Amino acid sequence: MEPILSVRDLAVEYRTATGPVRAVRGVSFDLHPHESLALIGESGCGKTTLGLALLRLLPKLGSTPSGEVLYRRRDGEVVDLLKLDREQLRRFRWSEAAMVFQGSMNSLNPLLRVRDQMRDTVLAHRRMPAAAMQRLAEDVLRKVQLDPGRVLPAFPHELSGGMKQRVLIAMSLLLEPQVLVLDEPTTALDIRTQSAIVDMLHDLREQLGFAMIFVSHDLPLAAELADRVATMYAGRIIELGGVRDIFYRPRHPYTVGLLGAVPSVVGDLPELASIPGGPPSLLSLPPGCPFRPRCGYAQDDCAAAEPTLLGVGAGHTTACHHSDQVVLSRV
Amino acid sequence: MSEPLIVLDQVSHVFTTRSGQHRAVDEVSLSLEPGKVLCLVGESGSGKTTTARIAAGLTRPTSGTVRFQGADVYRLTGDAFTGFRRAVQYIHQDPYASLNPVRDVFRTLAAPLRRHGLARGGQQARERALELLSEVDLTPPENFLTKYPHQLSGGQRQRVAVARALTLGPRLIIADESTSMLDVSIRISLLNVLQRLRDDLGVAFLFITHDLALAKYFGWHGTTAVMHQGRVVESGPTPQVINDPAHEYTKALLAAIPVPDPDLARRRAARP
Repeated sequence: MEPILSVRDLAVEYRTATGPVRAVRGVSFDLHPHESLALIGESGCGKTTLGLALLRLLPKLGSTPSGEVLYRRRDGEVVDLLKLDREQLRRFRWSEAAMVFQGSMNSLNPLLRVRDQMRDTVLAHRRMPAAAMQRLAEDVLRKVQLDPGRVLPAFPHELSGGMKQRVLIAMSLLLEPQVLVLDEPTTALDIRTQSAIVDMLHDLREQLGFAMIFVSHDLPLAAELADRVATMYAGRIIELGGVRDIFYRPRHPYTVGLLGAVPSVVGDLPELASIPGGPPSLLSLPPGCPFRPRCGYAQDDCAAAEPTLLGVGAGHTTACHHSDQVVLSRV
Repeated sequence: MSEPLIVLDQVSHVFTTRSGQHRAVDEVSLSLEPGKVLCLVGESGSGKTTTARIAAGLTRPTSGTVRFQGADVYRLTGDAFTGFRRAVQYIHQDPYASLNPVRDVFRTLAAPLRRHGLARGGQQARERALELLSEVDLTPPENFLTKYPHQLSGGQRQRVAVARALTLGPRLIIADESTSMLDVSIRISLLNVLQRLRDDLGVAFLFITHDLALAKYFGWHGTTAVMHQGRVVESGPTPQVINDPAHEYTKALLAAIPVPDPDLARRRAARP
């Protein structure tokens, strides 16, 4: 199957007082139709920046100096999103790909009723009679298991955090996009609300067949919701594979370290260890592998050259000079 | 069984709001022994933070009593009250909000030391501050004394908050979602620091979290109480609450927690 999104050697830079900072450094991956891809990693590894860059939603200080984001439209035409002009982009967003931002509290307009926010979104893309609009809004709200009669006339402050998150997901579905990008879709929600949102995203993807990319620091969420997982570190994807590859047979020391720090409610009490140190400053990356200062497998050659993604199994790549020695010690 | 350090006996707290009386904490009884861990688990609005504030002497309960080392906390006066304030320390969720942004780390740590007469002069305060920073793994400590909160990462800020809690030699630390804003790996390293404080210094912990997996990790050798709508619906030794929950609500919470295991997650999802 042809990928719906092909990212090639994408770089993102932010202008700062101390000079440009490269937050994403040469990222390539494919997203296939109906697939769910998780971007995981610690704060500051570039995962949110990458998510924003895919839909050209970077803040003003951000730019994409190189790379391609090739998107296959419904009509089969492939466009480089980085080359779209403002008007093309405006039409692209929501109808081809939509974003659900982190912090649902802040992404709804507090002065507009849900009905009006939905109407504005639709009218920006197509003309629709009021009755059809009402039906569409009711329909997407039911899809996210909300009561349209209660939610449509409500202002955001009248809804709980979980309901707001559902409204945002409902809005992202209004124009039936092919791709959904979700940034930390369950962070800051209660545990049972989180699990309801996860179940709902599962069902919606079954029903509607969109592909999704979600950004999360929550590894268990990736285990539940992803088909494939990309671990990011210092602005790069350093391991990419099927969800079972990543959770059962990770081959990058950083992925292994992350998994070793996740507590679980099932099973015996594991010995959890943190990864020593913190992520490097993107302003002054160490030479060679950026994970080297924190890595228990590091050897002299790690300082010489930054490793690139190499295949270690079917559909599984990792960027480590010593991946043949890396094992997950968890049972 | 040793004498309990702190006992909450049938405490309730009622907030009066425009829409009527809201019983945030409803006849909660808890007890914690010296050097042990009690995890208080619940969702937003379950009353866990109000319970913690009552235990810390910050919110007077509408009814019920809190006894610390046998004395009724809300009747303490003078030196006895000061002693209680020293013995019980609170670590908040967000160190960015709980640390004074215009104080460097040294002054943050020196203020309580001086206020309580535990350090005479700058030199003594400095030595103690360095000790405390090493205690929470901020090394080399000299590098941190002159830093301001905005110059530290989230994990480092929370360690400073822990060091500050340690300044007065507490017997009980109340950690209210103190690790929930941190990344996985940093969260575990902070929990490991807290665990060491418990073992080395014999500090007891009231550990508040919405995440049963964290309660399991931090409180395995202690007890866990699950709160729902202001009430403790289940409490017992942590392994029992986690592995053999008795209350429907605890079961629902456990079932909702995602597990870092794709096959198991899919099996759980397939279950009706």
